[in-house]
Amino acid sequence: MKELFEGQGPLFTDPDPDHAREHFRKKERGLVNKLMPVKQAVEQLIHDGDYLAVGGFGGVRIPTSVLHEIVRQGRKNLGFSGHTSTHDCQILAAGECFDRCDIAYIIGLEARGLSPNSRRYFESGKVKVCEWTNAGMYWRYQAAALGVPFIPGRSMLGTDTNAHSGAKTVECPYTGKPIVLFPALYPDVAVIHVHEADIYGNARIRGNIIADHTLARASKHVILTTERLISSDEIRREPASNCIPYFCVDAVCVVPYGAFPSNMPYLYFSDEDHLRLWLDTERDVQQLDEFVKKYIYGTNDFEEYLRLCGGLERMAQLERQELLIPEPGQAAEEAL
Amino acid sequence: MAAYNSMELMICVAARFLQDGKIATIGTGAPCAAAMLAQKTHAPNLVMMFEAGGVAPILPTMPVSVGDSRTYYRGLMATSMRDVMATMARGMVDYCFLGGAQIDAYGNINSTMIGDDYDDPKVRLPGSGGANDLASMAWHSMVLTVHDKRRFVEKMYFVTTPGYLDGPGARERAGLPPDSGPYKVITDLAVMGYNADTCRMQVESLHPGVDMEQVQANTSFEIKSAPQITQTEPPTARDLEILRTEVDPHRYIIGR
Repeated sequence: MKELFEGQGPLFTDPDPDHAREHFRKKERGLVNKLMPVKQAVEQLIHDGDYLAVGGFGGVRIPTSVLHEIVRQGRKNLGFSGHTSTHDCQILAAGECFDRCDIAYIIGLEARGLSPNSRRYFESGKVKVCEWTNAGMYWRYQAAALGVPFIPGRSMLGTDTNAHSGAKTVECPYTGKPIVLFPALYPDVAVIHVHEADIYGNARIRGNIIADHTLARASKHVILTTERLISSDEIRREPASNCIPYFCVDAVCVVPYGAFPSNMPYLYFSDEDHLRLWLDTERDVQQLDEFVKKYIYGTNDFEEYLRLCGGLERMAQLERQELLIPEPGQAAEEAL
Repeated sequence: MAAYNSMELMICVAARFLQDGKIATIGTGAPCAAAMLAQKTHAPNLVMMFEAGGVAPILPTMPVSVGDSRTYYRGLMATSMRDVMATMARGMVDYCFLGGAQIDAYGNINSTMIGDDYDDPKVRLPGSGGANDLASMAWHSMVLTVHDKRRFVEKMYFVTTPGYLDGPGARERAGLPPDSGPYKVITDLAVMGYNADTCRMQVESLHPGVDMEQVQANTSFEIKSAPQITQTEPPTARDLEILRTEVDPHRYIIGR
């Protein structure tokens, strides 16, 4: 294949599938009880310098408890996959946890606006960056999950995004047309929040799966947080409902409301007030410092954080919002 | 004639370009309001797709994220980003709808950074997200944005998302799918399309009370009118009522 163009961006991870195979060869296949607290999962599986990928979609089904624990334990110099990374990016930027980032979408919180602190962090020069797109990052996970060094795709062609990416553009050997090769991305560790899992790490996700079935297969280590634990009998009763097999998974942490303040499809809606509070607080560095001290450093675990955010009463409101059920005394159309 | 603000006008005009029985990939905010309005008026069988996996919802309310559970409420599928992006790559998506910090005469979009030095940006922006993917692979890409000189620029700091790149044939030469590309730009002043020979943006219809001088005064590159320039049909009373009572009752978008 004739190489036509090479992006100037850095490759933060090794795309060679044979190197990844050496790791996967040794990965545990036994049915082992992987239940552990979030604190332990972060201690054992996330190290300074690791490359981290987060499941969900920024404001949807993110593993907030693990992100807080990463900040609390003071992890530094992580590589970070910014595959539509919104509130997750905001949390890790507040802890200054990463120093390199593959960017598809960062800083913004979609319709909610931009995060002032994430922006400061990316403008500070402390983070090395490489540009991609959402589909491009997906093809990178997909290549890793398939065990091949790259996947061809038709995004980024002709743009500065391509020029600042780590991709190569080649002449397709079949059509003779230019095509982008997206290099495999094997994260050291992925963290994914799911609806249900058993103690071994067999898991179910309801609603849109985004990239998470692929991400779980691409990553060398996987931490699952789950809304609830289910039995393996239940898992085996309906195999077609399961999307992540246990042999991809290293740790299972039971964290009810674990996606808060993001949206957990069919269970609870995103807490727009709390996300607004983050955005408003971030305008002032001092204020943010106190905010993070209160909500993250000052709490021992996620349960404490949830209590600070209104506890079960607030969770019940978000459940009603998700199901479009009006609040007491509210007209039905106002629940929309 | 009913009174309306410029955001209401933009949304109502944009909705008309979404035909029934077509497939559109939609972002949050004003594009989503336009798609919802189209679905509730002339295009009940418009298939909306969202890049995180929502397919063909009957939107109960505007999503705050292109991934949230509203994006497949009473939909046909809650699937993956792979499925949605691949459907676009196969050529089955007719429209996409985008925003962006800057747009140039060829419809290229910047949502990555402001400043002359990529390594030391004046302002860092979110990046492509799915915008580059959508505008690379959907047949027709549309942009909905406010019209001012800082947005409609001669030279961009960074081309995040491809329009016609640097002119006729450039998309095909770069390897992008033939016949795909920028289609309409809808602003608070006018509707613009692209000249078939030059691929440059041109004014197709002026909103009520707007003239070409005003459009040029708010555009940093030279902009001409199409041979057949018309006046934009203002929103109907019915469009406005549905927009205000069903699409955006809390005025999240139209109150901006």
